[in-house]
Amino acid sequence: MGQIRLSGIVKSYGKEVVVKNLDLAVRPGEFLTILGPSGCGKTTTLRMIAGLEEPDEGDIMLGERTVFSRSKGVVLPPEVRGLGLIFQSYALWPHMTVAKNITLALKEQRLSKVEIAERLEIALKQVQLTGYAERYPSELSGGQQQRVAVARLIALRPSYLLMDEPLSNLDAKLRTEMRASLKRLHRDLKATTVYVTHDQIEALTLSDRVIIMNKGRIMQEGTPYDIYHHPANLFVAEFIGDPGINLFSGTVANGALDCGDVTIPLPEALAARGGEMVAAIRPEKILVSDQPKDGWQEVKTEILQPTGADTILQVRAGETPITLLQPGFLTLDEGSSRWISFAPEALSFFDKKSQDNLREIA
Amino acid sequence: MTITLERHKKPPFWSARNLSYQAYRLKNRPEIIIGVLSLGFLGFVVLVPLFQIIREALTFQRYDLAYQRDGVIGSLTLLHLDRVFNQPISQALFYKPLMNSLKIGFAVTLIAVIVGSSLAWLMVRTNIYFKGTFGAMLVFPYMMPSWVGALAWLTLFKNDRIGGSGGMLTYITGVEVPDWVAYGFLPITFTLAMHYYAYAYLLISGALATVDSELEEAGATCGMGKWKRIRMITIPLLLPALGSAVVLTFIRILGTFGTPALLGLPVRFFTFSTQIYASINARNQGDAYVLALVLIFLAITFIWINSRIIGVRKSYVTMTGKGFRKRESDLGLWRWPLTLLIIVFLLITVLLPMVLLLWESMTLIPGNYSFSNLTTYFWAGKGNVALAYGEPGVIYNKGILDALGNSIKLGFAAALFNGALGLLVGYAVVRGRGARLARWLEGIAFAPYIFPSIALGAIYIGMFSTNIGPIPALYGTFSILVLITVIKNLPFTSRTGIAAMLQIHQSLEETARVQGIGWFRRMFRIIVPLSMSGLVAGMLLTFITAMRELSLIILLISPGNMVLTGVIFGYQEQDMAQHSAAVTLMLVVIIITISVIVRLMSRRVGVGRLSAV
Repeated sequence: MGQIRLSGIVKSYGKEVVVKNLDLAVRPGEFLTILGPSGCGKTTTLRMIAGLEEPDEGDIMLGERTVFSRSKGVVLPPEVRGLGLIFQSYALWPHMTVAKNITLALKEQRLSKVEIAERLEIALKQVQLTGYAERYPSELSGGQQQRVAVARLIALRPSYLLMDEPLSNLDAKLRTEMRASLKRLHRDLKATTVYVTHDQIEALTLSDRVIIMNKGRIMQEGTPYDIYHHPANLFVAEFIGDPGINLFSGTVANGALDCGDVTIPLPEALAARGGEMVAAIRPEKILVSDQPKDGWQEVKTEILQPTGADTILQVRAGETPITLLQPGFLTLDEGSSRWISFAPEALSFFDKKSQDNLREIA
Repeated sequence: MTITLERHKKPPFWSARNLSYQAYRLKNRPEIIIGVLSLGFLGFVVLVPLFQIIREALTFQRYDLAYQRDGVIGSLTLLHLDRVFNQPISQALFYKPLMNSLKIGFAVTLIAVIVGSSLAWLMVRTNIYFKGTFGAMLVFPYMMPSWVGALAWLTLFKNDRIGGSGGMLTYITGVEVPDWVAYGFLPITFTLAMHYYAYAYLLISGALATVDSELEEAGATCGMGKWKRIRMITIPLLLPALGSAVVLTFIRILGTFGTPALLGLPVRFFTFSTQIYASINARNQGDAYVLALVLIFLAITFIWINSRIIGVRKSYVTMTGKGFRKRESDLGLWRWPLTLLIIVFLLITVLLPMVLLLWESMTLIPGNYSFSNLTTYFWAGKGNVALAYGEPGVIYNKGILDALGNSIKLGFAAALFNGALGLLVGYAVVRGRGARLARWLEGIAFAPYIFPSIALGAIYIGMFSTNIGPIPALYGTFSILVLITVIKNLPFTSRTGIAAMLQIHQSLEETARVQGIGWFRRMFRIIVPLSMSGLVAGMLLTFITAMRELSLIILLISPGNMVLTGVIFGYQEQDMAQHSAAVTLMLVVIIITISVIVRLMSRRVGVGRLSAV
């Protein structure tokens, strides 16, 4: 267990720069998730930590050990970095039994036979695959294969754990199950963990801390709570949350934001600032009433999507579409009127040009 | 910010820090080390010889003193070019063989591709009977030496021109077979076509199997008739495969030696390959090298024309991995007649040559094909001064048995080295994808393709007749046969290696790396077992090719490294037809036996389990 530290990392393929001067520190024992759309550089970052790719510039430290430094001329191969890595494809060796898959690396470490047998048994037990030791990967289900990949790491006991979209090949129900077992793996190994995904639910549910990347840069760094509630810029605001956040683009006029069909109240500091900005509010934070109220905006319901526990409502204020999220299984007539209001504390404002959150200014 | 940038500035290339960095990097990337080593080795065995023969073709050699007494050995000269292109002797030396080779090449390719693609269509796309049996039988000629047909032809149609006896036809009918039937263009073209159709058949049926029938059915829904669909959809889609079948067959025929030697030399009908052989035997290597270079030039030209015409549209993605249907069209009334036609075709191309050779090997007095003349002497005779210069029969003949041992050794050695080299080249190319090194390596591994067999043999004589640095003169040794066989088969095995490696997902090796498993163990525990099934198939083919090869090694064999094909050719030259027929049969039986064994074995060794993943 130790820190993982990247500083000044640059990586390009040909002319395309995929990681741009990245600084990143993972605290000992922390579960950090790198979240971003495909092509944002997250997998490349993970592979650079593992040693499977070489950065063009920068330093990487695992614990107190420098494993890569362009300026000091150090590149340690993946074999000696002491990592565990779970791939999207599980990467089980198809020609070996489950037991061989788990113990091959242990034999390489010259552990005693007794020790190897013991670790194998513990690992299989923890992933509830006792009795499957002599099976081949092709004889297991997708979820079981995933668990073998986990068992392999349990037996290896790495101090650093890297996971590259390990759940994306599983169906929705298994995913929820496996999330729990990955979290348990992290807890049992007490390993410093970097988890890469494009799935925000995985990021929010698993992590101590989340880093959101886009186009090779870090867009925001913070706890899942922060990321969700205080997005640092429009990219993060839009990327996180399902159904997506509501955005209203407008100009400051008369101490409020005039967005055409909708007028949004502004804090004083922002009203004084003036100019063009974008207001954002999560669907579940919009207050809804089925009776007209003073100062509330009337909207017409268009489409209802009950998901069971909640209902997603698509409504229109004039021509402007707005998404609402209401608890419960709603059944209303489409085309009926509702009245909505924006609580000031639930609103975020972004500069239209720089796309940055204007909270600091407010 | 400026401070950070300062700290991470790249050190200059020659600084100690950067050199240590580069050394570390190299150590982390075994594919680069393997790539560089393979590139160096292949450059040495492929490109160096090429330069060597260009140099020798353009400089004055000791043997040229016979023609020009005042020449300075080693000086630059156009003497060889002049002799080949611009002298009265050029007619016989260059122009006639060139025309003969081109005529044969075009005729054989035309027949082979038409026959091969018709068979491919019948086998892949129709409901013809006995598909399994036919499938195995049709590739049979491909496993045999290409000149088996020529030997059979001689048995049937030989006339007494070379002083020996007549063939079966003369014996039965008493009619003297005219030269143009017994020797020269007609029989060479026919027997080669009956061998090379199998090559075209394999290439085209492979391509045809990847064309989704739905594409054709889509044509049917547009109201196209059957023939219009074949013409407008199937053939254009197959054009890349057809194009390479044409070019590859053509190049092979240019370089083939056995058949034109057996059926052409008796009437002084020379092709390029036999002329190269004759020039080398006459100790005019310079001429032979110029001819070999022309042959290589021709091969490159045809590859270039092919890629010009078809290469641009090479990228039809007919394989999508999605739903894929192969529909067999119903032959209707034609089903039985066409089936019978294939049976007759197989009888003529496969069974008949074997029967003829067997009969020939059992005739006591040459030219007498009556039952009373049958004998087992040439198989089991212990040596009789009155017969065949006292040569014992096959099973007591030390020369033959030694050559058999050499052939099998050659086959195994070539298969083994080819397998290993194919694996390493595949590894370096696939892991280094995109890098310049990988592209170069892929290119150079393909290079032997453009050397027609006989030309490559000529190059190797030139290169290995003297010491090169620490490497002793390999001429006349067994090693040179292994080397040239490995090199000639490299384009094929490196493709197999690349294909096998592409099927192994990168993460399977990466996960082992990250877990601390070193390169050798990764290779032996993961890469090799996973690519085994592809490699075994490739090695089997190398084995067969090595066993039956003549064109490639004819210039390199000597009593010290004699192999079966050389023995056969020797007997034939001495007009000892029974011996050559017996040894040929033995060779064919061995090749078939071994390929059947390997196939059964690879089926049993859990290949099924691997493909299930």
